[in-house]
Amino acid sequence: MRSDNHAHPAGPALADRVLEKTGVDVARCYQCGKCSAGCPLAAEMDFPPSQIMHLLQLAEGFPEYAELALRSHTIWLCLTCEICYARCPMELDIPKVMDALRHQSLAQKKVNPKAKDILAFHRAFLDSLQYTGRLFEMGQIVDYKMRSRHFLQDMLQAPWMFLVGKLHLLPERVRNRRLLGRIFARTLKAKEKRP
Amino acid sequence: MKTGFYPGCSMKGSAREYSESLLAVAAALGRELPEVPDWNCCGATAAHNLDPDLSLALPARILAAAEKDGMDEVLVPCAACYSRLSVTRHELLQDETLRQRISGLIEADFRGAARVLNIIEWLAAIPGLESMIKAPFARRVACYYGCLLVRPAGVVNFDRPEDPQSMDLFMKKLGAEPLDWAFKTECCGAGFSVSRTDLVAKLSGLILEDAVARGAEAVIVACPMCHLNLDMRRPNIEKRSGQKYGIPVIYITQALGLALGLPAKKLGLQRHKVAVKFPAANAAAKDI
Repeated sequence: MRSDNHAHPAGPALADRVLEKTGVDVARCYQCGKCSAGCPLAAEMDFPPSQIMHLLQLAEGFPEYAELALRSHTIWLCLTCEICYARCPMELDIPKVMDALRHQSLAQKKVNPKAKDILAFHRAFLDSLQYTGRLFEMGQIVDYKMRSRHFLQDMLQAPWMFLVGKLHLLPERVRNRRLLGRIFARTLKAKEKRP
Repeated sequence: MKTGFYPGCSMKGSAREYSESLLAVAAALGRELPEVPDWNCCGATAAHNLDPDLSLALPARILAAAEKDGMDEVLVPCAACYSRLSVTRHELLQDETLRQRISGLIEADFRGAARVLNIIEWLAAIPGLESMIKAPFARRVACYYGCLLVRPAGVVNFDRPEDPQSMDLFMKKLGAEPLDWAFKTECCGAGFSVSRTDLVAKLSGLILEDAVARGAEAVIVACPMCHLNLDMRRPNIEKRSGQKYGIPVIYITQALGLALGLPAKKLGLQRHKVAVKFPAANAAAKDI
């Protein structure tokens, strides 16, 4: 059924792909809307969680709906607070679906432009990690400012943090950084290299 | 039974008072908490948002290191790290193929022998605590659990996913009066503190507003991100809502430390943005 038609890269295959990656069968969602009612950021989203589930259901016949889901702001606004999953009467792991959609959206270069700061923060975080193995907050903030161009944000926060001893000027490092480097090379970096 | 300690990155930096207060309390109770050898970051939100394998590999390396060191359980006080380590252990123990693949990525055999322990579990298991209380924490408190200590229920298997009670029960032991309130497990905005400060100000503002409206004198937390958003982001919260909230946000380990009679400085109270003091009007007990 669903897997018969793979003509559109993001279309009918998307619900199958979600099932394969997360074990969640989106067809089981009966649109009660509890996830959207409890979602702390539903009001900020272009599609609340229940509508994302609906888009995935409809994507079988209408590939453009899969496209909407992958290009949505919602998938990046999801905080993984797990309230939707806790309340879903069908016990569908919606946060896991959001993770899978984010990975697809990234792989297909369909990230919503409104999510650029959120993505810049995540990338700055992982950048900091792959060289030190532990988060270096100071380095991450500088990296984020360069990526996001928000140079003036929190200008007074950093000196205060430094004064109360919360900000270190040098990173803490893992001893076995070579292994960390290899783990990154086998995961995140390997994917970025793939076309 | 050997209990290891995974501090995670926040507790070494922006949340160092959480670590300071935990270690001060552990010393007072005569408990050893050796760190997991050569631990790395758990990958946090960034890893699971961007790369599924990386989000499993980083916590798996931590747990494999703890196992190798003979640790039976690992105390993970940061609720966010606790979630990533718990999810990883859960997923790898459920799926043998995945376990083998991730073990290959980290060049170590992850077996899942070390249990993941959150701060409330560790604190609740201290025997005879009531008899050690020197200065009861006699305040009306709003216990704020946040999201990841109690969810997903099937993974953490701890307390209730909504309206949990464990932290309330613990605070009662310290002499506090925990309040019934509506935002115990609502999200503070978590990892958006820098990238979407506006949303954090909104969500964290709602939490403080309810705590204050119910008459709480302090918000008790068990997560560096919750603390960061409710304490350090207070100016952003107040700017957005146009209201002033003087209510301090205190780590559960700091509350315990105060109740055990440890000095405020040893517990890192001076590192908070919002001063830890209580209004004189309802100060039945003396200020700290």
